Amino acid sequence: MPELSYREAVRDALVQAMRQDEDVFIMGEDIAEMGGSMGVTHGLLEEFGAARVRNTPISEMALAGAAIGAALQGMRPVAEIMYEDFMTLAAEQVVNQAAKHRYMSGGQHTVPVVFRTQGGAGWSPGAQHAQQLEAWFVHIPGLKVVFASTPEDVRGLLWSSIYDDNPVVFFEHRTLYGIKGEVPEKIEPIPIGKARVHREGEDVTVIATGRLVHEALKAAEEAEQAGVSVEVVDPRTLQPLDEETLVASVKKTNRAVVAHEAVTRMGFGAEVAAVLQYQAFDWLDAPIERVGARFTPLPFAPAMENFVVPHAADVLAAINRTVQRGN
Amino acid sequence: MAKVEAKTTLAKSDLREVLREMLLIRRFEEKVEERFRAGELPGFLHVAIGQEACAVGVCRALEDGDVIASTHRAHAHTLAKGTHPNELMAELYGKQEGCSHGYGGSMHLYDVERGNLGANAVIGGGLPQITGAALAFQLRGEPRVAVAFFGDGATNIGTFHEALNLAQLWKVPAVFVLEDNKWAESTPESQHSPIRDLSDRAKAFGMKSVKADGQDVEAVYKVARQALEHARSGKGPVFVHLDTCRFTGHYIGDPQVYRPKEQARELRATRDPITHLREKLALGDDEFADLDAEVTEMVEASVEFAKNGTDPAPEDALKNVYA
Repeated sequence: MPELSYREAVRDALVQAMRQDEDVFIMGEDIAEMGGSMGVTHGLLEEFGAARVRNTPISEMALAGAAIGAALQGMRPVAEIMYEDFMTLAAEQVVNQAAKHRYMSGGQHTVPVVFRTQGGAGWSPGAQHAQQLEAWFVHIPGLKVVFASTPEDVRGLLWSSIYDDNPVVFFEHRTLYGIKGEVPEKIEPIPIGKARVHREGEDVTVIATGRLVHEALKAAEEAEQAGVSVEVVDPRTLQPLDEETLVASVKKTNRAVVAHEAVTRMGFGAEVAAVLQYQAFDWLDAPIERVGARFTPLPFAPAMENFVVPHAADVLAAINRTVQRGN
Repeated sequence: MAKVEAKTTLAKSDLREVLREMLLIRRFEEKVEERFRAGELPGFLHVAIGQEACAVGVCRALEDGDVIASTHRAHAHTLAKGTHPNELMAELYGKQEGCSHGYGGSMHLYDVERGNLGANAVIGGGLPQITGAALAFQLRGEPRVAVAFFGDGATNIGTFHEALNLAQLWKVPAVFVLEDNKWAESTPESQHSPIRDLSDRAKAFGMKSVKADGQDVEAVYKVARQALEHARSGKGPVFVHLDTCRFTGHYIGDPQVYRPKEQARELRATRDPITHLREKLALGDDEFADLDAEVTEMVEASVEFAKNGTDPAPEDALKNVYA
């Protein structure tokens, strides 16, 4: 199996979709000559030309809205919103328009658009370039929300998102672009709404997203040394959520930790915890632990940033708390 | 796709039909006011009484395949784009037979098959999508134009500026129709805009702009034809500035404490687009009464149709969230 970086995997999904389908095109700020601020779309301008690899002005409302308008005509645009923080600018079009056209029209419209965006701390950009805002968008009926953590998943899920007839908010994590992983020779679409069990275990289930999947895997290795067997599950798609896989895992292990980089309070993990306590109440041996960022904007100074966002040690501590509480 | 004609004037027989359409809208809107006050219509309603010529003049200039996006004041655009009054009235009554099947309501009227991409209750919300629909036409090489309606209040919101900028930058086949009724809800233009000629905003993007008296349907049709032809021929988008009047309040029931009572009366007396065309056609009282009776009957029938429509089941609310 070939190996691709997460960045190359995103690019590969875009390239292959654009090669086979004239209706797929991309637009965003600095995505053409520059290849995107994260280098994801590097080389696409040369292959597909400026009509299908469209640099836009710094106009998130217009670029998101124009992508929606093209989607309403049956095209399959992929709009890149440079930073998740800027999704707040695109939000009117994403939330009030893309998410609701099908519904408000009584089923007349389909809106096959993808909003690719990225965020994530660990490089000290401060408070406006690294937020994790997935909780904002999972709260909106009509949107699908994807957050992939590996090269294989990001490629297969982006492919499925492009070919989904609904608007998809597709989160990538900045610090994952460089990680490498094996991918199938040919793109295999990954169904939206299917979680992935990364590691099987018996004592605790860690449900993690994005960068925290990797932190959870590190924590699981360490826990293993101490004789605690940890299962790590990545929902991969946050909306729809594969409740069945998550609940089945917790019924097996009887303990759960939910981990994400976004602030813990009112986060995606709160919904997961609610689902688990309701569907697996009689199986739980300990309160569900939540791991996430502290309730502050992201600070600049590296020592403070490092303190605010969660790491493997925080996941491990949560694992240990559930184990101690349960015994 | 219909062949593009250079014709920018309407024949006398067309004008009679145009008058009938404007009168249908007027009587429809009056009936909506009446039924709302009678407590039959749920929701939040805005009528386009006084602005009929804008909707009819522009929509009559469109070709098959052209699309529109409308505003919260959507009934006139929807009727002018070809939705049957029965389907529109049924939507206002929240029935399955409605043009949005009861999911949209007055501010979210859709008729996708007839090229109505949807009315928007967020001011300026439809404009970026019109730029995007026009982009799709450009990318596919289709000779179609996407048209956005909006009011003067919308020229202050970010989506207006971003959408026009992008449309002009990419020279997409879009037409932006400003229905300038001088009011953003209750706020007069003098309080919401620092410039007196809102066409200047289009000029700031280097966009071609044309102007017409929005109460003169022939003039509206003429500038709309010119704008559509310009956009369709690949020369880029056009800003169409229509000087119009809102004879009523912002919404049905608006006490209009913000303007003198005489103002609306004076506007009705001097700037009624229906009176204007009727005089131009020198239509006699009998002939006008016949026309009026014909459209009034259609409107009455639409109320009957709507009342006899099917109520959605409460749990139908769970459908159409995802494709």
